[in-house]
Amino acid sequence: MENSPLFKSGHTACAGCGQAIAARLVIEAAGPNTIVANNTGCLEVFSTKYPETAWGVPWIHSLFENSAAVASGIEAALIYLGKKATTNVIAQGGDGSTGDIGLQALSGMLERGHDILYVCYDNEAYMNTGVQRSGLTPFDTNTTTSPSGKISSGNIRPKKPVPEICNAHGIPYVATASAGFPQDLSRKVKKAFTIKGPKYIQVHVPCPLGWRHESNQMLPVAKLAVETGLYPLFEYENGILVNRKQITPKPVEEYLKSQGRFKHLLNSPEEIKKIQEIADNNIKKYGLKVEA
Amino acid sequence: MKEFVEGSHAIAQIIKACQPGVISAYPITPQTHIVEDLAQMVSNGELGSQFVNVESEHSAASVVLGGSATGVRVYTATSSQGLFYMQEVVFNIAGMRLPVVMTCANRAVSAPINIWNDQQDSISLRDSGWIQIYAENNQEAVDFHLIAYRLAEDKRVMLPVMVCMDGFILTHGMETLDLPEQDKVDKFLPKYNPLYKLDPADPISMGLLADPDYYMETRFAIQETMKSSIDYLSEISGQFNAVFGRDYKDLLIEEYQTKDAEKVIVAMGSVCGTIKEVVDEQRSKGKKVGLLRIIAFRPFPYARIYEALKHVSKIAVLDKAVSLGAYAPIAVEMKAAFYGKKKAPQVISSFVAGLGGRDITLESVREIFRRLSAKEVNSDFIDLKPELLKEEYGK
Amino acid sequence: MFGPLTVKPSESKGDKTGSWRTLVRPHYLHKDCIACRMCLLICPEGCVSGKEKNAFSVNYTYCKGCGLCADICPKKDIAMVPEEQKSEEK
Repeated sequence: MENSPLFKSGHTACAGCGQAIAARLVIEAAGPNTIVANNTGCLEVFSTKYPETAWGVPWIHSLFENSAAVASGIEAALIYLGKKATTNVIAQGGDGSTGDIGLQALSGMLERGHDILYVCYDNEAYMNTGVQRSGLTPFDTNTTTSPSGKISSGNIRPKKPVPEICNAHGIPYVATASAGFPQDLSRKVKKAFTIKGPKYIQVHVPCPLGWRHESNQMLPVAKLAVETGLYPLFEYENGILVNRKQITPKPVEEYLKSQGRFKHLLNSPEEIKKIQEIADNNIKKYGLKVEA
Repeated sequence: MKEFVEGSHAIAQIIKACQPGVISAYPITPQTHIVEDLAQMVSNGELGSQFVNVESEHSAASVVLGGSATGVRVYTATSSQGLFYMQEVVFNIAGMRLPVVMTCANRAVSAPINIWNDQQDSISLRDSGWIQIYAENNQEAVDFHLIAYRLAEDKRVMLPVMVCMDGFILTHGMETLDLPEQDKVDKFLPKYNPLYKLDPADPISMGLLADPDYYMETRFAIQETMKSSIDYLSEISGQFNAVFGRDYKDLLIEEYQTKDAEKVIVAMGSVCGTIKEVVDEQRSKGKKVGLLRIIAFRPFPYARIYEALKHVSKIAVLDKAVSLGAYAPIAVEMKAAFYGKKKAPQVISSFVAGLGGRDITLESVREIFRRLSAKEVNSDFIDLKPELLKEEYGK
Repeated sequence: MFGPLTVKPSESKGDKTGSWRTLVRPHYLHKDCIACRMCLLICPEGCVSGKEKNAFSVNYTYCKGCGLCADICPKKDIAMVPEEQKSEEK
């Protein structure tokens, strides 16, 4: 009995993995006429350990940082073969392979105007190698390479704004989504494939192992990230903000106390204040607050 | 079709005749003229390829990887630092058994930065699983690209092929060449019919994780294919000769005046033209000297070389590359070819010349023959400037 | 030729990840189900199936027992119950 022929059961993601949920929703929304290029990372490892594969669509993994370029070659070949009009192309990877080591390949793909959807599964650290800090790790997060200690509250830099970087390329569609809002994610993927050209969707995907919460807490954690304003959900079309999920903001402390990676902050009102400011800035910048 | 043409333009012409579906490259001297020409052909509508201008060589190699995996013929070209920047993808392409063809316009590597010719770049990637063939002149460079596609796409092979041609000396050199006609190209090189491809009609996963239960066999399989490719190169060169009227023996080695030779230089690439001139000159003086030119560096034709040189008493190996801290790359292979064999030369001396574009002149070659004596030398540098070496840093 | 390591999805059976469950498993009560499909959407394994009300089920061969289906169910019609003897699943 198989529920999802495009992303099959039997993969080896951790129980409650947000990335596994998002990856399945993305490919189900994209449909069977899709070719996927995948960066190295958790998703690649847990879904395609030879001789097994979870993927019901044509799928390729080459290296850590080059899915955007591999997908560019796939798209070019499809155009040459006259098959592009009937085939979707997805390039995808985690936050590190997208925003750090793969940023150059991503930028090239966006700048060249390929008709490809890039999906970044953002679990905010290098989880596959054991929870090391990436450029998309949030401020003050405790990771194995940005540990909190006597003189440090964890990661010293704010999260790299990759959606904004993509937007600066003048591409037609940029959106954020969350594994905690599955229908919203599906809708955004389907919408992306109605738009020709390069598209970027960044999905917030809780990682029970790296964020240190129980497997069954994926939903409340993902939702709190959005409801505090720390992970705004928005859509840009041709550089214009056309949609955002409005919230009645909850204090960031609620989100922070839901995960072990922020546990060291709970007795530091000063640090919590700094993180509240990040949320407040997001709320202001994207107009997240529900008007009374 | 005879034409007086620059090497790079001739390469672009033959690539056009091979009709790749996807071409991707990033500019680096001295590769540029090849891809500029191809871009112009696409722009003129003479060539129906998708030409993808990328932001780096890493992506150029990744784009052709993706194109090849989707089932079309692909082409890229690079040199020196560009090849090194591709390195990760170069190994990956071979491991995924994708029949990519690449031109390496051989150039020295940094530091110090140097755009001129030696063979350090491609030789440093000798362990990548790519078949590497080295051209002596532009006629060979042209022909080898055709042969490269035929070999790479052979279902018994399915390995990438790197055609190596000396930067500037060949890429920017003008020669009268016999450029293969399209109908003959089509006769020799059938349309690419992939063994496996990314296609929604019949989905497959490619590039999977192989744990210790599977990884080793994938490497063994490439090693076995490399060994068999020695025979396939001979076989395909015969078919090439039949269509194009050339006289390639086996595309592994060329034996030049080696039959009765007492001293032989072993070398690779365009320098062999210079060496042949010296061999002729010495032969006219009654000296029994010869040249063994290596064409295929990977797979390395140990058995052919053994048979060709087992009677020779002294061999000088000329490397245009070094393995710093060890014997020079071709020298290592030559010593291995004779180790433990019944017959072996008394001396296999190793010389390094022409690094970073230092001219290898007739006199340089004569010097190698002079230094080839009963005393074996290793990595003996030719044409060094002693006055430069006297300078001491910081004084 | 061995080496390209390609896999057709039809040939892949996947790992029997149901063996990972140690403590709890989802039990579908089939009382108040409204067929909203949220349990099916959120399952990281994609091992929930069903279309009609009170007719959804879990493939225990793959279910890792994460509990997200129970958490997302708006009618609390899925209960996480203590893991029983594995033999029952066969």
